[in-house]
Amino acid sequence: MNAPARIETTLKDWETDQEVRWCPGCGDYAILKAVQRTLPQLGSDPANTVFISGIGCSSRFPYYIESYGFHTIHGRAPAVATGVKLANPDLDVWLITGDGDGLSIGGNHMLHVLRRNVNMQILLFNNEIYGLTKGQYSPTSREGTRSPSSPIGSVDHPANPCAFALGAGARFVARGFDVSRHLPDVLMAAHAHQGAAFVEIFQNCVVYNKDVFNDFAQPKGAEDRQLWLTDGEPMLFAGGTRGLALDTDTLSLRVVEVSGGDWQAAGVLVHIPRNRMLAHLLVEMPFGPFPMALGVIYDDPRPTFESAVVAERTKASEGKTADLARLLAKGQTWTVPGSAADPVGSSVAGQGGPDL
Amino acid sequence: MATHAAPTHQPEVEPAAPDMVPDAVVVRFAGDSGDGMQLTGGQFTLSTALAGNDLATFPDFPAEIRAPQGTLFGVSAFQINFGSRQINTAGDAPDVLVAMNPAALKVNLPALKPGGLVIIDTGEFTRRNLDKAKYAANPLEDGSLAAFDVLAFDISAQTVEAVKPFGLGNKDALRCKNMWTLGLALWMFDRPREPLQEWLREKFRTKPDIAAANIAALDAGHAYGETAELSGPLRQLHLPPVPAEPGLYRTVTGAEAVSLGLVAGAQLAGLPMFFGGYPITPASAILHHLARLKEFGVTTFQAEDEIAAICAALGASYAGSLGVTSSSGPGIALKGEAMGLAIMTELPLVIVNSQRGGPSTGLPTKTEQSDLYQAVYGRNGDAAMPVIAARSPSDAFACAIEACRIAVEYMTPVMLLTDGYIANAAEPWRVPDPSAFTPFPARHLREKNGRDAQGAATLLPYQRDDKGARPWIKPGTPGLMHRIGGIEKHELTGNIDYSPANHQRMTDARKAKVDGVAVPDQEVCLGAAGGALAVVGWGSTYGPIHQAVRRSRAKGLDVSHIHVRHIWPLPANLGELLRGFDAVLVPEMNTGQFKTVLRDRYLVDAQSLTKTSGQPFQIAELEAAIAKFFDGIPGNEGGEVPPNPQQLPSFAQGHDDGTLKDAAAAQPGTPATQDRP
Ligand code: SF4
Repeated sequence: MNAPARIETTLKDWETDQEVRWCPGCGDYAILKAVQRTLPQLGSDPANTVFISGIGCSSRFPYYIESYGFHTIHGRAPAVATGVKLANPDLDVWLITGDGDGLSIGGNHMLHVLRRNVNMQILLFNNEIYGLTKGQYSPTSREGTRSPSSPIGSVDHPANPCAFALGAGARFVARGFDVSRHLPDVLMAAHAHQGAAFVEIFQNCVVYNKDVFNDFAQPKGAEDRQLWLTDGEPMLFAGGTRGLALDTDTLSLRVVEVSGGDWQAAGVLVHIPRNRMLAHLLVEMPFGPFPMALGVIYDDPRPTFESAVVAERTKASEGKTADLARLLAKGQTWTVPGSAADPVGSSVAGQGGPDL
Repeated sequence: MATHAAPTHQPEVEPAAPDMVPDAVVVRFAGDSGDGMQLTGGQFTLSTALAGNDLATFPDFPAEIRAPQGTLFGVSAFQINFGSRQINTAGDAPDVLVAMNPAALKVNLPALKPGGLVIIDTGEFTRRNLDKAKYAANPLEDGSLAAFDVLAFDISAQTVEAVKPFGLGNKDALRCKNMWTLGLALWMFDRPREPLQEWLREKFRTKPDIAAANIAALDAGHAYGETAELSGPLRQLHLPPVPAEPGLYRTVTGAEAVSLGLVAGAQLAGLPMFFGGYPITPASAILHHLARLKEFGVTTFQAEDEIAAICAALGASYAGSLGVTSSSGPGIALKGEAMGLAIMTELPLVIVNSQRGGPSTGLPTKTEQSDLYQAVYGRNGDAAMPVIAARSPSDAFACAIEACRIAVEYMTPVMLLTDGYIANAAEPWRVPDPSAFTPFPARHLREKNGRDAQGAATLLPYQRDDKGARPWIKPGTPGLMHRIGGIEKHELTGNIDYSPANHQRMTDARKAKVDGVAVPDQEVCLGAAGGALAVVGWGSTYGPIHQAVRRSRAKGLDVSHIHVRHIWPLPANLGELLRGFDAVLVPEMNTGQFKTVLRDRYLVDAQSLTKTSGQPFQIAELEAAIAKFFDGIPGNEGGEVPPNPQQLPSFAQGHDDGTLKDAAAAQPGTPATQDRP
């Protein structure tokens, strides 16, 4: 893909004339603003940018971004986006999906877009609920979630989006949450990554699952519960007083106390986004005993699907001309001699047939 | 409901005097799935085409890839009808049957014409194989073949002998059996061996020994013919070439013709093609063909499922390519919602359905025309979509181009119907000159197409042209950013709009666009444009209907053949045309779907003739059905044609009565799949 020229835009340039129709207080507003703030920083060209979504509250997103937008059908946005990207690899594609859209009805497509590594940013708004259909529990809802379809509490085990993405072969996995001031940085990192970049964004559904992420997302005490990952930096939280170390006996992470800022002495690990094993450990960390890992968890690019498809097409076409007449006459042929005045076959468009 | 008894003996070939050369012959090759009968049939077809005979083929194979050897349901067969006159069907009963094992004989013998020739490999008639074929007594010895000319000898041994110099193991040597048989068939019909030898050398380029062994087998089979003629029932037959329009010819299957037509269609539209597919029988061949045509700007994408295949194709169309997807009934069902999205977003898309027997998984390798309702009506909401049906393998080429044209000119998905028979069958094809087709270059919008109240330029993504089509706006075009989606949208801006009057107008506009697709007037392909009886068909019933109507007319019956390509919208004159007939008969390989459409559209009293055995209509069956309109007995017209024991797929094939497993278990250590004498 050619690096497109940077375009100067402002946040306003990315707003459409359409009234935003999410519930007041919905986390989607904050994400929309974060994206609209990020796009000018990226130098993105609205004409070259495509937002593609499935179905659900989050999937209304494209209507509010002044770029090209395709609001598709439930769960299928990754497939549509794959076709868009193969037809025109130069387009900058953002995929907007949710926990139901991306992990339930569209789980299969999510698996394959990640496995194939199609170059796009995939933003999965995880609110752990079906919002647009009025509050049923979703594949990421915690066990025991009471909802219209689970009146005495859900019994399903929830899916872990980032673990799913890693398992599917994603080469970029990151986490953020709607009102976080770091969200634009996460989005920028996702955009910089060439390949499928998976970003789970915890999003507050104020109507059906209000404040379900407050345990780590509320500002009060955030320091103690959020671990923001930085490439090459020690994995510290709680104001640098605690960190993550490797328990080599059980091959798992553990929280260690850091005194006097001496994280090395405490055995705190340094974050290396290319370390896939570490990424697995980070996404599997249970929240509670551990902080919530946020930021870029994993980032290790490899060639994209669309570049491989283009290369294959170029290679397969090498030295060949697209001569349709020759193609039609391929294989073993024979000639019925005659005046040959009429070169057209007996099966041109029309209803009648030759009747010898 | 009137039913028709299966005609026992009514050949397509008019009875010829003894010693006279018939003008057409039907040959059926039958053997175990592993015997290479489809390959033999395919190569014999090519040789027939090169000899200038007209032909039609019917490949029939089990749904299993390697069904247990020697079993009735593992029989694979290939029928070819060829002659020195026009051929429209794969033929009714075979004149010649080649049976490579007892199961193949058991399954196919009921089809053979009385007095027909059966060629049998006695080498496979072991007790074990006879048991598997459920023969209590050896049919070679019990007189049950008395009604036929029998040429029974040990083809296996002959083949092993012929390839001895090449040092192949017994198993590899026996694999040359099909070439030996082909050699004999080539001799029988006076065909040159050179093209086959050349083909074998090319096929086994890297294994010259195998090539030489196969050629030796081919030559030996051919030589055997000459010797056998002196003593046995074998006669050499030379069918002169059919008079044909001058030009360059080749053979083509429906799957090839669809692929080539799609490539041609994309070129005529001036667009790169994106093909999204998922493996399914019998549609996969289209994906395979297109995957080899990348130099034509074709991108093929094997998706994770049927839904992703169509969604990716639609995404490609959105981005400015010609999106195409293909499947068979069950896969088409999965694509339904995405078709609705294509209809709602008004993007071009071609959907090919190679129909097979249904419902559900149904009969994956057998043919049926039972997806017509699905094509015309099978989506949620008022979701009209043009539907075109190909009538033969070669016709599929023009139909694919037509589908591309309508999709691009009207910004709509289009369904192209073929079926398992058309997809697999081969016929000669006069190679068309691509420059004879009128191009229909696609236009992508470059600048804003409307004015606002102040007169300033504005973008109206849903402003329609005189055809009712909206502009095609590629992402990446400066200044034309806009949003589309599956939600109802404003009739001009495309912004979300659920208001009642707007939905009414948009529903009307979508319907009017499809209703208004320019479709050529319906012609009568045989007979008068009015009279006593019109036989109205669509799709692959073309061949048998055409021949049946021809024969009936030769007998003086006032009957015409009308074959409809444009299923939706129907040709504007069709209602008028049908009302010019006293009666209308609609033969279909379903329970009467097109009949219902015609009744609904035109209030004509169309009678249905149905056949849903996974077997195509025979000419004789249709001839009998036509005769009922002229026999003076009221009320016996139409009805259901019963399964026909003469036809492929044959009766015993495909049925496991549960005894096979017991038989295999009774011989411990001998898996049923490793039974070679
Ligand atoms: S239902 Fe929940 S997710 Fe949907 S818009 Fe309302 S608050 Fe947001």
